[in-house]
Amino acid sequence: MSWLNRVRNSLSSLGAAKEQIPDNLWIKCPNCGEMLFTKDYEANLSVCPRCDHHGRIGTDARLSQILDAGFQLLPSPRVKDDPLKFRDSKKYTDRLKAARAANPHHDALTNALGTIDGHRAVVGVQDFFFMAGSMGVAVGAAFVSGVERAIKERAPYIICTAAGGARMQEGILSLMQMPKATVALRRLRAAGLPYIVVLTDPTTGGVTASYAMLGDIHIAEPGCLIGFAGQRVIQDTIREKLPEGFQRAEYLHAHGMVDMVVRRPELKATLAMLLSYMCNKAA
Amino acid sequence: MISYLEFEKPVAALESRIAELRTTAAEGDLDISAEVTRLERKSADLLASTYRALTPWQKTQVARHPMRPHFVDYVRMIFTDFVPLGGDRTFGEDYAIIGGFATIQGRKVMLIGHENGHDTATRIKHNFGMGKPEGYRKATRLMELAGRFGLPVVTLVDTKGAFPGVEAEERGQAEAIARATEACLALPVPMVAVIVGEGGSGGAVALASASRVLMLEHAVYSVISPEGCASILWRTPEKASDAAEAMKVTAQDLHGLKVIERIVQEPVGGAHRDPEMTAKMLSNALVEELDKLGRLSPAEIIAKREERFLAIGQD
Ligand SMILES: [Zn+2]
Repeated sequence: MSWLNRVRNSLSSLGAAKEQIPDNLWIKCPNCGEMLFTKDYEANLSVCPRCDHHGRIGTDARLSQILDAGFQLLPSPRVKDDPLKFRDSKKYTDRLKAARAANPHHDALTNALGTIDGHRAVVGVQDFFFMAGSMGVAVGAAFVSGVERAIKERAPYIICTAAGGARMQEGILSLMQMPKATVALRRLRAAGLPYIVVLTDPTTGGVTASYAMLGDIHIAEPGCLIGFAGQRVIQDTIREKLPEGFQRAEYLHAHGMVDMVVRRPELKATLAMLLSYMCNKAA
Repeated sequence: MISYLEFEKPVAALESRIAELRTTAAEGDLDISAEVTRLERKSADLLASTYRALTPWQKTQVARHPMRPHFVDYVRMIFTDFVPLGGDRTFGEDYAIIGGFATIQGRKVMLIGHENGHDTATRIKHNFGMGKPEGYRKATRLMELAGRFGLPVVTLVDTKGAFPGVEAEERGQAEAIARATEACLALPVPMVAVIVGEGGSGGAVALASASRVLMLEHAVYSVISPEGCASILWRTPEKASDAAEAMKVTAQDLHGLKVIERIVQEPVGGAHRDPEMTAKMLSNALVEELDKLGRLSPAEIIAKREERFLAIGQD
């Protein structure tokens, strides 16, 4: 299957979450439709062996793919749930409850301390499977605490981003996480420590317009969606067909917004290589 | 000629009745002054009570009122010696975000803000206040300039949001916003931001990551437009009113959440009813805030601004 088709088809990958729950023996590639033995698929880092589609993965899978064995999960600061007492068709507290029941973590961003081929690092992972990775106060607070831990450890901070949009249920407080995260990054930079962003599918909205675009190095996974505005919003504004591959990793690379597009099997080695260049100042 | 919002219809009816009576009086010699006075009082009371009880969605409409004063109006009414500065030195000029040196009550500042335009031609020129990457990069450039030359920064925020377009994405809308936000936070000089109309999402926060954030009484500030939020969570933009209510978009709500420091009062009936009065109150509020911040050292200014954002939502 051609890359262009893959881009087209991956628009339907929003439905992939359910299919990727590892209880199932078989999994259908959201891109090419190939039926894959779940165990094999996961052993292949959730990349389709037939079409190379990079499937979305949760926090724990991501951490174990990047970090050497024996890493330590870091506690995220607890923040007040539902600060606005928000309800749409459902109460936000109910949505949170459901998300927590379905996910091993308390909110959408989790940090870990460990090594990448021997290089010490704090790694944060934003989990699309937790309320679409959306950024609320908990995500912002976890990001800040991950960066603070990196400063304390004199280690680089690596964030794997994923966000379908803002945590609208937290209204303006969601927006305020943009400057908040940026404050933390200024401190990391002042401490002389590297900051690497791994952009994964999808990274959109306020996350993109803050910490996802402030890295010393930007790495993107193949085919992943990266953008500020949503495609439907853009289409409604310009009333034209969007260009092929618009807002995909390769497109951002061609437009100078990411340093490299890296396949998942090479991600860990790439990070280690980068750190070997960036972490050789005496601590 | 005032243009009335939907919820102002009863006021509109009274005001047009008053105008009619005046015309009739001018034609004949009927003495109707008592009736006019009575109706004027009634109309003024109705306007005041309507505006005291605006819902978040009604405030959103006031914030977007076609006659609401904009950046260019405030430049004229508040500032002197405005020297507009153009371009991001990389790609182009963006008329949705304007900036330059300006003087407010004798104090020299860097003034930056969104301009929406006031008629079809100017709205197109200013792209309806929706900034592109070059606009945000220009803002970054001007903030850095201000920092180097010790000029406090004043921003007037008034945007539905950053422009959602193919070229804007290609040129790095997200990166440009992120860098502008960072530039605000890096300023060694005081920065005061005012949400004067609509503060929409990242396109607003890029110019509002300030030491002190003020809002006009009927301005709104939110992570997504009420229509956008309603489309996603309620699956119809028709529920914008519910979304505005739930998201807490008003100055009063945001003051309660400690997202803003100060509400600048508007004249009864909104800023558009008396732009001069609005400008005067805004000017005085700005000067007070600038003078307070002016007593801090550069290190204190940066530290306090950082603490401000780290603290939001944490209690
Ligand atoms: Zn496949």
